[in-house]
Amino acid sequence: MHEWALAQAVVAEVEKIVKRGGRVERIVVYLGELQAVDREVFNQYISMMIEEVSPSTSIEYVEEKARFSCRVCNSEWSLDMVELDEATREAIHFLPEAVYSYIRCPRCGSRDYEIVAGRGVRVGIDYR
Amino acid sequence: MEEVIDPRLEGAKKMLSSVSRIVAVMSSKGGVGKTLLSTLLAVSASRLGFRTGLLDLDVTNPGAHIVLGIDPARTQPEEEEGILPVRVEGVEFMSTVFYTLDKPSPLRGIAIDNAIREVLVATRWGVLDLLVVDTAPGLSDVAIDTLEYLPGVEVIVVSTPSKLVVHGVEKLLSLLTETGHKRYLVENMTTGKSRGVLAGLAERYKATYLGSIGYYSDVEEYIGCINKLLNSRFGRDVESIARRLLQL
Repeated sequence: MHEWALAQAVVAEVEKIVKRGGRVERIVVYLGELQAVDREVFNQYISMMIEEVSPSTSIEYVEEKARFSCRVCNSEWSLDMVELDEATREAIHFLPEAVYSYIRCPRCGSRDYEIVAGRGVRVGIDYR
Repeated sequence: MEEVIDPRLEGAKKMLSSVSRIVAVMSSKGGVGKTLLSTLLAVSASRLGFRTGLLDLDVTNPGAHIVLGIDPARTQPEEEEGILPVRVEGVEFMSTVFYTLDKPSPLRGIAIDNAIREVLVATRWGVLDLLVVDTAPGLSDVAIDTLEYLPGVEVIVVSTPSKLVVHGVEKLLSLLTETGHKRYLVENMTTGKSRGVLAGLAERYKATYLGSIGYYSDVEEYIGCINKLLNSRFGRDVESIARRLLQL
């Protein structure tokens, strides 16, 4: 699964700190709505992987709504304002920037917009 | 302390950890033959017995699939602990075109960088002797990411004898001299008189001159037919370049 690769990336960041002698107490995984990572699947993988690297680390999740801002007409919109079929959602799941191939600004039709929030996976690492 | 970070580059290092050698095909100008060279180089290396991958990082205008003759609507990568490249002509191939399906992809800088990070974190290359990377022209986001994100990347700089191209290529060679990347020069679209004229340029920037490819008007007819391309005069020139690169 693609979630496996993203979980591996997060654990690699934790591992880097542990190897430097740091103690990672908590991580906060930010999941962007646009990428639509399956939280349950992701959690299964990351729980398994982090056990090997830093078993005492707790994992929390924050889900972020996707927001877009048009550079041409300045309007802002969210994902529920556009229609996406299943195949398009799947493409955007693998490559969030594919959104530019499928979605245009609902107000002016431009493809020149920014993803201002909720793109993909980020991680907050709480360590000493 | 809590730091919020993008974990993808650490993940990318893991995904590339079993790749012995990464070679990017770059140029400051477009239309010099990067995509044809990188694609045929990958297929030639595979035919010479090397486990080879091909990554198309020209994320706004990918073209390697056209050279390979792939329809992205019919061919899709599979998932298994990441995304598995598609095996074509013995080459492990990955491109953003599998997700954009050849629709327009107008990306500004940050989006190009994000797309490249995403492909790198997700693609499970496995064990490879060589990963060839096709890039976009210029010294912008794709070039900078290629040099910064691909561990130990070596660069084949493609030039033609055109003054305009050479002028741009000198800037790329100068940059590579500063960054210390191992570098090669290939001269494309040469004619009888111009063949080999850029060997001096390679020497000036301490780049290994891998050879020249002639100007062959028939090459256009073979795009999408990999066997015809390999057997063409263009393909034979690329095979010589592959042999020099691979020290055969």
